[in-house]
Amino acid sequence: MTSDLSIRIGGDAGQGIESAGAALARAFARSGLHVFATQDYRSRIRGGHNFYQVRAAQAAVEAQRDPPEVLLAFTRETVDIHIDRLAPGAGILYDASLPVDAGALHARGLAPMPVPLTKIAADHGSRVMTNIAGLGALAGVVGFPLARIDAVLREEFAAKGPEVVRPNLAVAEAARRYAATTYPDFVHRVPRGDARPRLLLHGNHALALGAVAAGCRFIAAYPMTPATTILEYMAAIGAEEGIVAKHAEDEIAAVCMAIGAGFAGARAMTATSGGGFSLMAEALGLAGMAEVPVVIVDVQRGGPSTGLPTRTEQADLLFAIHASQGEFPRIVLAPGTVPECFEAGWRAFNLADRYQCPVIVLSDLYLAGSLVTVEPVSLDWASVEVDRGELIDGGALDPDADGYRRFAITESGISPRALPGSPAAVYAAPSDEHTEDGHITEEIHNRVAMMKKRMRKEDTALRNSIRGPARYGQESARITLVCWGSTLGAAREAAALLSADGEPAAVLHFPDLWPFPVEAATEALTSAGLAIGVEQNFTGQLAKLIRMMTGRQLDGRILAYDGRPFAPADIVQAVHRVLAGESDVHIEPGEQRLPAETEVGVNV
Amino acid sequence: MSDARDEFDLALKPTWCPGCGDFGILSAVKDALTTLAISPHEALVVSGIGCGSKLPDYMHANGFMTLHGRPLAVATGAKLANHALHVIVVDGDGDAYGIGGNHFIHTVRRNPDITHIVEDNQIYALTKGQYSPTTPQGKVTTTSPEGAIERPVNPVALALAMGATFVARGFAGEPHHLSGLIQLAIRHPGYALVDVLQPCVVFNRAQSYDWYRQRIYKLEETGHDARDPAAAGTVAREWEERIPIGVIYAEEGVPAYEAQLPALQPGPLTARAGPSATRFEQLIARFR
Repeated sequence: MTSDLSIRIGGDAGQGIESAGAALARAFARSGLHVFATQDYRSRIRGGHNFYQVRAAQAAVEAQRDPPEVLLAFTRETVDIHIDRLAPGAGILYDASLPVDAGALHARGLAPMPVPLTKIAADHGSRVMTNIAGLGALAGVVGFPLARIDAVLREEFAAKGPEVVRPNLAVAEAARRYAATTYPDFVHRVPRGDARPRLLLHGNHALALGAVAAGCRFIAAYPMTPATTILEYMAAIGAEEGIVAKHAEDEIAAVCMAIGAGFAGARAMTATSGGGFSLMAEALGLAGMAEVPVVIVDVQRGGPSTGLPTRTEQADLLFAIHASQGEFPRIVLAPGTVPECFEAGWRAFNLADRYQCPVIVLSDLYLAGSLVTVEPVSLDWASVEVDRGELIDGGALDPDADGYRRFAITESGISPRALPGSPAAVYAAPSDEHTEDGHITEEIHNRVAMMKKRMRKEDTALRNSIRGPARYGQESARITLVCWGSTLGAAREAAALLSADGEPAAVLHFPDLWPFPVEAATEALTSAGLAIGVEQNFTGQLAKLIRMMTGRQLDGRILAYDGRPFAPADIVQAVHRVLAGESDVHIEPGEQRLPAETEVGVNV
Repeated sequence: MSDARDEFDLALKPTWCPGCGDFGILSAVKDALTTLAISPHEALVVSGIGCGSKLPDYMHANGFMTLHGRPLAVATGAKLANHALHVIVVDGDGDAYGIGGNHFIHTVRRNPDITHIVEDNQIYALTKGQYSPTTPQGKVTTTSPEGAIERPVNPVALALAMGATFVARGFAGEPHHLSGLIQLAIRHPGYALVDVLQPCVVFNRAQSYDWYRQRIYKLEETGHDARDPAAAGTVAREWEERIPIGVIYAEEGVPAYEAQLPALQPGPLTARAGPSATRFEQLIARFR
């Protein structure tokens, strides 16, 4: 029995690839397996090749692993596209009616397993259940109890009534029986789970749950892949939880609504991708100048411009740090895993309240959309801290005093904040430079004092709240992979593979990127050995930032900008190239990478 | 005008030019709030950027001077967060109908309980005299040296077309009348537009106080039925010879946006903390 099995399900958009994949992932998770499931799709609703990859393992997994041991193909094209990217001896399950040359597959050392999926679906239910037949057949050849899948299907179809549930289950069972009896000796079996209950969710849901736990009461956003599920989730629970989820007319309105709500005193956020974040740049400065707490999530996708709408990238880092004219304090966080998304979801609100400034959370498509099993303890309500910073009760202020100084100059740079609504706390907040009591002025001494006051908040945050890079692996490792965001999972696994292979490697991951933790970064990089940046962008943005802030130039950079997530094997291979003398390794479409599309010019 | 408006007064002297229409608008806003017995801490005056958008700086009330074109969006967020506040937006024609045009359209159809006072002087004044969305065709300005080519926006007709539930036009030279319109707008439970004809004595000398005084007439003196959409549409298109001021259209019985949000039924968002452990556990359980 394998301890780590990867299954790829491919077909045309509209064939139920995603629903089958997600059902399989949930069934695996409930059996106590660790799961990582990710979707590879395009910006279209119907047609075109899509695939879904589910990894099931006995130990925790934080990345997809290639190549997979099983391919479930709903089209002939799926077989053609993926044939060169399967593990030795991999099984290919496909509809017996597809014109696939089984002999040719055998000759490549693969195990063709045709099953009359469409016929079974038609005989026991209807042709639209072919994807369910595929799941049944899959369960049959990898030895996974169908009851687990049945339970998930029952829930999925519950709303549609028993007359929909019954034939789906019949189709799954018939296909399972056929596959299990026809291919009883398939070598790749699904590992056995430990039956411990875990959660299965993606980064966007984890981040939204973190926000909810923090008491976020307001989100305004404009739909944009891959951020949309955050707004959708908040909208779905909004009525019951007392959260206003506003679909705004554009991203400028979205961020301005969030700033308005934050100004009034609600914990408020917006979520978008790079294009929408670009539109929000001016308002970011408004929040900085008027010292309004607001949380802005940028779920990155491939850029520039419309770029690769359904592909992953980490190319907004330097933009997030620098966006908007002028200089003002901001905080930039970049969670690396689903549990870190949850934590960033609530921590961002505390930082926004504490430092009265915009907090940007950088996520990415891969992290936002990949389903991962997490231990319930990592999304524990009790772990959530709510810190509203120097929020004062306006009602307790002395109404006869000289007037409320909303922007009072303090040593920390933080001015005690009362919300609008109390007689003694009346003030106006300008986007212009202003006095301590909020009146517009261009007076020179005031300007200098106010700039210093606001910028001091970054120093205070750096001292009290910003985390240095986290090291995973041995201190003395010869190689350190330096990364941020979702690259963490693949980098950690790559480091383990390298270490097992006699090249001791560790990972240095930056969860907080601004204000940049200069001292901690400098110290961590001093003992890093050969420091190699691993990033999903062209220009090595974290490496640039590190050099800008510490003077330390990384010894090598591994860069991918093809929109596909890193697999650990990609990184291992690239590290060997760095060891062989290349300083910059640009990942090329190759054997380890996910397949290049065969079709060109179809994306919208 | 009421006498007791010093509650909203500040010792600060506005930087507006002598004779600017903004003085009349500021005085009308303060008078309307005083007459309605709304205190400074119960009002939130949100503005954009421009001469008139400095208004919150010159009165004692909660205020937020935001970005050029964005006050409606900021005000909407503030209103949804704390609907107990009386939210008033004050901005100019460039702000509201130019750069903020998209927010204008969508705020009108969204119908939040926000009073929107547009200081419509038909010119970009703070940048010293460029043509605006409401500048008449043919007008020569620094950015239209051969005369403005575009047809001007008709804000009241545009608001009506987007389904506005309250549309009025005032005149900065008649602050008492304007105060009355602002009071009606504040009392209207939904989005209320008060487009204010405002002379700019420096950069738009054509539309002077006299020019307006010769043309304006008061709708309430004509028997105009503000509940009649057809009549509203007709008077909304009047311009040049005779310019109507007063309430052009008022529709009753349409609930405000925030009144239709289940999340706001228990009260303002600002007064509420996060979920209990039990509640949160129920949300998490859906991911098992």
